[in-house]
Amino acid sequence: MTYFRGVIFFMEKLVPAKERLLKSQKNWMNGEVRGKIIVFICAIIMISATIAITIFLGTKGLQSFIKNGVSLIEFLTGKQWNPSDQAKPQYGALPFIFGSFTVTFLAALIAAPLGIGGAIFMTEIAPSWGRKILQPVIELLVGIPSVVYGFIGLTVLVPFIRVHFGGLGFSLLSGMIVLSIMILPTITTIATDAMSSLPKTLREGSYALGATRWQTIRKVLIPAAIPSLLTAIVLGMARAFGEALAVQMVIGNVKTMPHSILDASGTLTTIITLNMGYTTFGSPENNILWSMGLLLLIMSFAFILLIRYLSSRRKI
Amino acid sequence: MRSLKKLSLFLIIASVMVVAAACGGGTSKDTTGGSTNKGTTTKEISGQLVISGSTALQPLVAAAAEEFMNKNPKVSIQVNGGGSGTGLSQVSQGAVQIGNSDVFAEEKNISGLVDNKVAVVGMTAAVNPKVGIKDIKKADLIKVFTGQIKNWKELGGADQKITLVNRPDSSGTRAVFNKFALGGATPAEGITEDASNTVKKIINETPGAIGYLAFSYLTDNTVTALSIDGVQPTAENVESGKFPVWAYEHCYTKGQPTDLEKAFLDYLTSSDVQTTILPKQGYLPVTKMQVERDAKGNVTKK
Repeated sequence: MTYFRGVIFFMEKLVPAKERLLKSQKNWMNGEVRGKIIVFICAIIMISATIAITIFLGTKGLQSFIKNGVSLIEFLTGKQWNPSDQAKPQYGALPFIFGSFTVTFLAALIAAPLGIGGAIFMTEIAPSWGRKILQPVIELLVGIPSVVYGFIGLTVLVPFIRVHFGGLGFSLLSGMIVLSIMILPTITTIATDAMSSLPKTLREGSYALGATRWQTIRKVLIPAAIPSLLTAIVLGMARAFGEALAVQMVIGNVKTMPHSILDASGTLTTIITLNMGYTTFGSPENNILWSMGLLLLIMSFAFILLIRYLSSRRKI
Repeated sequence: MRSLKKLSLFLIIASVMVVAAACGGGTSKDTTGGSTNKGTTTKEISGQLVISGSTALQPLVAAAAEEFMNKNPKVSIQVNGGGSGTGLSQVSQGAVQIGNSDVFAEEKNISGLVDNKVAVVGMTAAVNPKVGIKDIKKADLIKVFTGQIKNWKELGGADQKITLVNRPDSSGTRAVFNKFALGGATPAEGITEDASNTVKKIINETPGAIGYLAFSYLTDNTVTALSIDGVQPTAENVESGKFPVWAYEHCYTKGQPTDLEKAFLDYLTSSDVQTTILPKQGYLPVTKMQVERDAKGNVTKK
């Protein structure tokens, strides 16, 4: 826009046509090339950072299988975790893999209906005042650091569950509640965008056929938005899967398989954060933690693939 | 169709990365070269020291470093945390000059380092105050931690289920406690937490909980420190060798310490630090110990 005004300004000054055109072309080239270079550099830095992290994590993560001779099958299916045993170390990470998945799915199970419900409330039921209240609330939830969620969980939630539900309080249930609150904003925000981007004609058509508001939401709007809603849930799950600090404080970090929702458990991330500082670089104990990191990376690739697949199904 | 193409491109990139990673080999070693100052023979000490490692030892070394820098304005010392394992790795790689550790380097299979013991930490089992026990036999303590005793009433305490609060597998505190309080027994599964303050909070809030803490965390009534076999967990008993659960805090250097490193390590073990800063931070002075212990755990009279 400013460039356009500049051209008009030039024209008013009555610069000879040849010169004016040449000069403006030069300007155009300069700005264009410079902009292109800057944007390219940004992209290259981002891509190379991602590739570098992947390669580094891959190298480190595969060491325990190549150099230390840990069997991949034992790592993925073994139930005994005892890497610091000098005589007979055991590297079964299944309890943590199971813990990570369980707590993630359970968190999504709570957060998905809440988040989508909130999104429908904001876009369909009370777009004016509802949005005004709910939007800041959600933004506030995003801003709270995860360590604070963990601390609140440890101080309030854990004793509450111990007194009212039994068990130790440190449990899958605590982890699931803390995580579901943490991923609620992600799900709500994306679901809201999905709902509000639906074309108005859908609603109008549905009302014209005599459908009530609830029928419209349930039979028309939600099915139309379902790929985006699923994307929202998967994004929330990806966040839950990688969360370490808050979960570590409330889940108990045991090495055994949980048998009920009130049992303490451990996740891949919490075991990494708990042990990383104590192990020495290059030791089998340390390498196996990198393998767990690699597993987390592979899982996040899987989540991205899932999101890609879901959004490719989107029709509207 | 288009999305399928995109998807396959993504997959190809991902697989290329994994292959590249697999072939990369372990050549990545970061060396943030700190300036070593060999050959400074002048009386005034100057130079730069980078220290990393044990978070338990970090506050002590940091406090001593500050004093040391006040006395020797030309010296700059940077003290980082990171954990014992990190400290040992970095010092043996040469990334830092001094690596702090709660455990002997031998226990982590690292050799070629020179050990400088700067402090002693005593630790003991701590229980929730409502358990109602103040003294425990070592044999019973082992039974409690290995899960053979499941209720405190078996030991004459309250009718409360025992809840264990452990440290992570590779933690130095856990290794020391297992070795000297549990006689090498492997504890049963329990809640695992890293930070001492969190452990203390959990013991305080969970009925029937037992864990282990360093003496410096046992100064108030929120948790009850247990005597073992009738020996109270006090500094005097650790110094005389009566109380068995204690560990050295080590400052490792790679090879013999240089002038600056030696000056700082000497300062750490000087009576200045050992009698003022050390007790304030909850450590026991290494100079007052009447017994000695080697990496294998053999205790000898000095």
